[in-house]
Amino acid sequence: MSVAPAEVTRAEASEEAMVDQPWLTIVWNDPVNLMDYVTYVFQRVFGYSKAKAEKLMLDVHHKGKAVVAAGAREAMERNAETLHGYGLWATVGHDV
Amino acid sequence: MAGFRATSDGVTARFAKPEAAIIRDLVAQVVELVVADMPTPDPDELAAMVGLSESAEQPDDPVLARLLPDGYRDDPEAAQEFRRFTESGLRSAKIESAQMLLQTLPASGGRVRLSSEQAEAWLRSLNDVRLALGVRLGVTEDFDGLSEDMVADDPRYAYIQVYQWLAFLQESLVAALS
Repeated sequence: MSVAPAEVTRAEASEEAMVDQPWLTIVWNDPVNLMDYVTYVFQRVFGYSKAKAEKLMLDVHHKGKAVVAAGAREAMERNAETLHGYGLWATVGHDV
Repeated sequence: MAGFRATSDGVTARFAKPEAAIIRDLVAQVVELVVADMPTPDPDELAAMVGLSESAEQPDDPVLARLLPDGYRDDPEAAQEFRRFTESGLRSAKIESAQMLLQTLPASGGRVRLSSEQAEAWLRSLNDVRLALGVRLGVTEDFDGLSEDMVADDPRYAYIQVYQWLAFLQESLVAALS
């Protein structure tokens, strides 16, 4: 049995905040992938509507990257793996 | 070459013999590259069974590095771990797509009719070929600048034409599937 600490130190507090922060699947812009293809992949992989998939594709294109999903780390890694299968440049992370 | 179109029994396109030859050649080159330095399977039998590999480093070849990208950007340790778990499966998937394309595109050309599963393999495989060509040609966002500056006797010139034609072909396939 253990005793609850009297106070949470700063380091622990920030670590907890990291845990609460969801993991993200981020897709990065690249000059080869076709816009229509990227939209198609977002629809196919995530089941997004054409409008949502298109908006995300345009974010990737204009802003250089976009968060396409958020959630548990394992799920985001599976997303990245699937997107790599389609040739998209995807990473997992906390920050955009 | 009119590209792909949707019909009542799948998506179809017609290829002239030289067109089929170019696609088959490029797809085979990608397979060769992906197979070439396939990481040695983990001696651990269970690890090999679940597709774990010992290799965790990003490939040196820029084309392979683009086809098999890192899964983490600023965390080398996590990137290596991700690669250990996913790279061999990703390589196999790319080889499978390529093989399905090669099986459905006769070397003599002619009419190709694809099921949705085959069309999906074509999309992935054509995209891999375009990624490979894009890296080798040094394609950037300013594609028009690259192709305009290139003189006709530049050895890359023919490949620029092929690259553009494949983009058209892939786009027609996406449209036919949408």
